[in-house]
Amino acid sequence: MSGNILRAENITMQFGGVMAVDNLSLEVNEGEIVALIGPNGAGKTTAFNCITGVYEPTNGCVYFCDELMLESYPHGKMKRIYQGSNAAKYTKRVTLSPDKITKLGIARTFQNIRLFSSMTVFENVLIAKHMRAKQNLLTAAFRLNYAEENRMRREAMELLEMQNMAHLKNEIAGSLPYGIQRRLEIARALATDPKLLLLDEPAAGMNPQETQELTDFIRQIRDDYHLTIFMIEHHMDLVMQISDRIYVLDFGKLITHGTPEAVQNDQRVIDAYLGVSEDA
Amino acid sequence: MSKKANGIISALLLLALFGLVLMLERTLPPTHIALTVLKKGCIYALVAVSMNLLNGFTGLFSLGQAGFMLIGAYTYGILTIPVADRASVYQYFDGGIVQFSVPVIVGLIAAGITAAFFAWLIGLPVLRLKSDYLAIATLGFAEIIRAFFQWDKLGRLTNGSNLLRKFPTFNSIAFPFLVTVVCIGIMVLIINSSYGRAFRAIRDDEIAAEAMGINLAKHKRMAFCISSFFAGVGGALLAMYQTSIQAATFRSSMTYEILLIVVIGGIGSVTGSCIAAFLFIASSEWWLRFLDTEMYIGSFKVPLLRTGFRKVVFSVIVMAVVLFARRGIMGDREFSVAGIYNFFKKKFGRKEAAK
Amino acid sequence: MVLQPFFCKGRFKREVPMDFISKNLPYLLAGISVGGQYALIAIGYTMVYGILRLINFAHGDIFMVAALVMVYASASFPLYVTIPLVLVSTVLIGFIVERVAYKPLRDAPRMSIMISAIGVSYLLQNLALYITGGLAQIYPSIPLISNSVSIGPATTKVVTIVTPVLTVLLVILLMWLINHTKIGMAMRAVADDFETSRLMGIKINSVISMTFIIGSFLAAVGSLLYFTNYASVVPTSGAMPGLKAFVAAVFGGIGSIPGAMIGAFIIGICENIIKGLGWTTFSDAFTFALLIVILVVKPTGLFGERATDKV
Repeated sequence: MSGNILRAENITMQFGGVMAVDNLSLEVNEGEIVALIGPNGAGKTTAFNCITGVYEPTNGCVYFCDELMLESYPHGKMKRIYQGSNAAKYTKRVTLSPDKITKLGIARTFQNIRLFSSMTVFENVLIAKHMRAKQNLLTAAFRLNYAEENRMRREAMELLEMQNMAHLKNEIAGSLPYGIQRRLEIARALATDPKLLLLDEPAAGMNPQETQELTDFIRQIRDDYHLTIFMIEHHMDLVMQISDRIYVLDFGKLITHGTPEAVQNDQRVIDAYLGVSEDA
Repeated sequence: MSKKANGIISALLLLALFGLVLMLERTLPPTHIALTVLKKGCIYALVAVSMNLLNGFTGLFSLGQAGFMLIGAYTYGILTIPVADRASVYQYFDGGIVQFSVPVIVGLIAAGITAAFFAWLIGLPVLRLKSDYLAIATLGFAEIIRAFFQWDKLGRLTNGSNLLRKFPTFNSIAFPFLVTVVCIGIMVLIINSSYGRAFRAIRDDEIAAEAMGINLAKHKRMAFCISSFFAGVGGALLAMYQTSIQAATFRSSMTYEILLIVVIGGIGSVTGSCIAAFLFIASSEWWLRFLDTEMYIGSFKVPLLRTGFRKVVFSVIVMAVVLFARRGIMGDREFSVAGIYNFFKKKFGRKEAAK
Repeated sequence: MVLQPFFCKGRFKREVPMDFISKNLPYLLAGISVGGQYALIAIGYTMVYGILRLINFAHGDIFMVAALVMVYASASFPLYVTIPLVLVSTVLIGFIVERVAYKPLRDAPRMSIMISAIGVSYLLQNLALYITGGLAQIYPSIPLISNSVSIGPATTKVVTIVTPVLTVLLVILLMWLINHTKIGMAMRAVADDFETSRLMGIKINSVISMTFIIGSFLAAVGSLLYFTNYASVVPTSGAMPGLKAFVAAVFGGIGSIPGAMIGAFIIGICENIIKGLGWTTFSDAFTFALLIVILVVKPTGLFGERATDKV
């Protein structure tokens, strides 16, 4: 047991001739809050999409709780045009669809909020309970699963209460204010009973006060639900306050990683964000 | 208003409606157009709800409904023609190969199962496609099915391009009503179950649904099969209503008509589809019929009125709904006793507050 | 199995017996001819889809309406008036359909526009039913292209030879228009990115109208050629060629004009070969089976571009 919950090795994602993520390796340990930062277009969301099975990485592998979850190598047309390294290192193709990965215990939120906008707040959370319920179409249709159904409803309701959203349960998700939608998306992800939560820019579009609240909120859910959190974020206040470790990505490549202090003072990080002047 | 009271009143209302329909059948002459409208309307309501389950609730834009109805109709016909009549029906094919017949109910269920089975088969490849590609692929599938059932080589089973007839039909309007109510009832139960929620999640956002652990392929196929099952039952009912089956009548225009019913009723509303089905059939077969006959007011001949004008006016109305009332009659809401109760309560309450 | 040498033409050329050619040449010729006609319709589909991401279900019916205009116009006018009249009125109908039924739904979900297209198709068919009174209308014979001509052992109509030539010429002209004129550039821009080109000041509406005008014009030409081979027109005449042309557009890779043309020729030829084999029942079904296979195996078609969804 090496203690890490997520380990990605040599993840490379190439779209046509574009290297979105180039040979990225990282580890997230149990109970940690880890941030992935980098300038716009650095490949952060693509890395998330690779880990959650939305994209099949071109090369590399991902372990979850020390078990191989995803592995791929350049195949088909990509064999010819592959520009990354470690082309021959991986030989297996292990793919899981996003729903299977969620079932393993990785939940995520999205950069541009993706709620079920025509459904109520309660239903949004309730959906997450569907995958683990013991039922089939017949028992569900004729309510022979009422025990399961009641359990699902109860758990969803408990979750909403813990998130102080119980009073909103019958509101249509799409009509909620932006900040609450973000929180609902996190609540919905929590409802899948994850071990690891991936947050894609949770503070996007929030003002400093809301960001501060979010910081506390993230810490709190980590403790309440014994979670490990891996997030993409641009708000440096939030990142520096909350993260145990930070990975910095630029043009698809990992440029450095370490504690917030170390990263903050790293010249390469400063260069990546501010650019290097021509005559330097 | 409590949920229980709502349920009881809805059930009573449905029962009263059923009684009214039976009474109409008793009092009206058997050939009265209203009865035709009621029979055909309730069959179309069933098929429209089945299409709505797929297009409205799961967000899969499929245009294969006529194909699945055809499969249902043929399955029913092939299985239920009495053995004694097979020789005359299959006169060009030595009496056919099926030499048994099953009771009506078994035939109906078999119709649904066969349609669902075909849906499962075609769903494997086709459901991976995105919106409009799915539409055109399912439309194509319906055309293939139609050609297939008219194929001479299968004549011993399908009677080729000849009619299938002499299978049991219904006399009373109660039969199609009962079947429709049961089928729609089951569909409503499914829509309101955990699986129905999963379907709606897929409609709202596929990627988020998948991230919530919903297996897209499995649930889409499930919705497709359920929808096709009931389309198959609807096809069998239509065959009973028409008393004969011919593959050539299950054209894509039939699918379009059902789609328009769904749109008029409101995509995502079961009650909307039901109401729209009756309105659609009533206006196309009955209320607008006067447009098809020449009319004189005094010596003045009203222009334009002649055979076919009804359908033109009708399609203009349909276009108007599609363009200007995009949400249809019901939008995605449902007609319910509780809804009406709350509506009046609100109005009443507001008046009281104004005082 | 009679046709086997056909598929291996190159290798066994010398062994192909004369009577085999005379037996199957008509099917091949008919295939090329009908393929060209499908191509002319398919271009309308592919251009509209490229720009609006809409399957214009009414396109096949516009094709049918062109034929009806021809029927009625030729009853009272000489040919040199009729043909321009058919072209102009078809273009006008295409233009009006777009303005009335699609333009108001520009920002609506795609499903709504598609439903509107189905509604238009329903309307046009019912209108045709009303005007014709449900009777099949005899299509007039157009001198020159209706005449018979012999090619080797086969006898066919002149239209069979005119169609592919005219189709290729029109496609070349269209490609020139798209690649070398200002409106063509605007079309390419709109097809590439609808929103951005709107922000860049391209007059979206005139570009879309132009697309429908070109599409309808080609459908009208296709209609003149297509119905010359058929005795009569009924209100549903447009549905099947329309759907097949759409399949051709998907086959070639939707959005690609040469792709649509090549797809249409392949479909036309295959369909007629199947008829030649005596499987007439399945000639329609074949097209759709092909469609499903393409969509599953290579959804982007022969020349289509891949689009990835952004998450």
